[in-house]
Amino acid sequence: MAAAVWAGLLMRSRFGPRTLLPGFRLSLGCAVLYLSLLVLLPLSGLVFKASQLSLAAFWDIASGERALASYRVTFGASLLAASINTVFGLIVAWVLVRYSFPGKRLIDALVDLPFALPTAVAGITLATLYAGNGWIGRHLEPLGFKIAFAPPGIVVALTFIGLPFVVRTLQPVIEDIEPEVEEAAASLGASRLQTFVRVLWPALLPALLTGFTLAFSRSIGEYGSVIFIAGNMPLISEITPLLIISKLEQYDVVGATALAVVMLLISFVMLFVVNGLQWWAATRHGVRAADGAPR
Amino acid sequence: MSRFIRRWFAALALCLCALPVLADASLLNVSYDVARDFYKDYNPLFQKHWKTLSGELVELKQSHAGSSKQVRAVADGLEADVVTMNQASDVDFLAEKGLVAKDYAKRFPNNASPYTSTMVFIVRKGNPKAIRDWPDLAKPGVQVILPHPKNTGNGRYTYLAAWGFALGQPGGNERTAQEFVARLLQNAPLFAAGGRDATTTFMQRRIGDVLVSFESEAELIAREFGKGEFTVVYPSLSILTEFPVAIVTPVVDKKGTRKLAQAYLEYLWSPAGQENAAQNYLRPRSPEILRKYAEQFPPVRTFTVDDVFGGWSKAFPAHFKDGGSFDQIYLKK
Repeated sequence: MAAAVWAGLLMRSRFGPRTLLPGFRLSLGCAVLYLSLLVLLPLSGLVFKASQLSLAAFWDIASGERALASYRVTFGASLLAASINTVFGLIVAWVLVRYSFPGKRLIDALVDLPFALPTAVAGITLATLYAGNGWIGRHLEPLGFKIAFAPPGIVVALTFIGLPFVVRTLQPVIEDIEPEVEEAAASLGASRLQTFVRVLWPALLPALLTGFTLAFSRSIGEYGSVIFIAGNMPLISEITPLLIISKLEQYDVVGATALAVVMLLISFVMLFVVNGLQWWAATRHGVRAADGAPR
Repeated sequence: MSRFIRRWFAALALCLCALPVLADASLLNVSYDVARDFYKDYNPLFQKHWKTLSGELVELKQSHAGSSKQVRAVADGLEADVVTMNQASDVDFLAEKGLVAKDYAKRFPNNASPYTSTMVFIVRKGNPKAIRDWPDLAKPGVQVILPHPKNTGNGRYTYLAAWGFALGQPGGNERTAQEFVARLLQNAPLFAAGGRDATTTFMQRRIGDVLVSFESEAELIAREFGKGEFTVVYPSLSILTEFPVAIVTPVVDKKGTRKLAQAYLEYLWSPAGQENAAQNYLRPRSPEILRKYAEQFPPVRTFTVDDVFGGWSKAFPAHFKDGGSFDQIYLKK
């Protein structure tokens, strides 16, 4: 995303009319330096370290049975959690913007809690709640739903940490859609469903996709909360970050970076696809929707 | 939860300690996670000892976290004067990097381990599943709680203890040992993230029939959950867990703290240091002190990693590296 903005700015400065706003060079320099130090440098260090492996050795590590199982667990659980958050995050954001009710501010503040809580604390608390004798687990386990110490536990933890991303992305967009828009649609004879599908949905879609992407990316890298609730059984509930830690425990830093690079590549491809979708949604549904989405 | 919070506190405390303090010399001891209580009690003892010996006021700094994390930090340049670890493989790594003498285990008595512990079983009150020895852990219908055998120190000790037990049985060989450990691991409903997480899972979430843990941990459980809540069972044969200490040579040479570091570690073997170990439920090396606390430490038949596995440098790659015996158990199916 940032790269796109950067490229856009560069294009404009070189080929377009001179921008009226001052400070372009300085701020661009700052931005590039900042991003390089914080993002590009560590990432290139990672790739550099992994490149010490021969291609065959890299492939061996990346395609090991445990590694493959862990990708399935990590990306599967992250997708599921991000999807759940997209649906319920939309409802939460909608309620928080459109209606006023007592305690609204409190609920609004609660949404940020997963941001602030140390993830290990979240993981332990969730594990205690969903364990066989926990407040929630004791009602679910007799019904045959094992949550804690099984793959569903991973989804629960990732849903918890991903929620604020969707809600906080959607809120300003929903605030932008004035209720009058809905009233206008209704007065022009649109049914409720039509209003939603034709008027609201196009405006919400780009932000929903952004929220989904953020929640999803956050989930892929999550370690602290998941290891306490996952059960960590090989091939069943091991996430890729755990395998990376496991490599580090063996002082196999190069092997750890190999797995990290694989994760990076998969995440990059997925983010690329989602950004493509966003672009498609923005162009298809017109400028208004695109402007509404925080970038 | 507290492990992480404590780790941050430790980091914070370390930062605060880094502020100039009126002391003649300072020493940084980089240690494993649960040694905090032990060194909290030990440091004032040594300070007093050093004061009477040399008249110097020494400032002792502590850093505690997961042992391999700590060792990586030292290898990456954390200026530790001494390292006090819970597994030789961690110190071996520093020896390989040239930060610790190659023969560090011979620089101090008892394999450079001032105290030991052993793996014991913690079972529910009254021992309802009648768990007496290792084979009971591999029986169908028994749930065993242990930390991840590949990623955590006490998980590895548990794994090796079970392996060594099976190996010692009549007709025992590598194959039967692996089969036995595989059956035992099948009874594990989960692998806890660490030792304390395993304890919480067993005691608080009440999952499992038996928890395998350090003898010293049992006492902490008693403090937290009450003595009547569980029973400690000593298996017929267990592993002797050693806690090696070593001087980080390049650092003490640079800082000129070699003598102090030497004295700091040597004092662990003094009567006061040994007594402190016993009070922290770690088995002292000194026979007199061990006798004094005999009630707390019932005799138990043990073997060391060196005896059965030829040392950690052999045991680690054979069992816990990728493709080792642990991976084989899971990937064969």
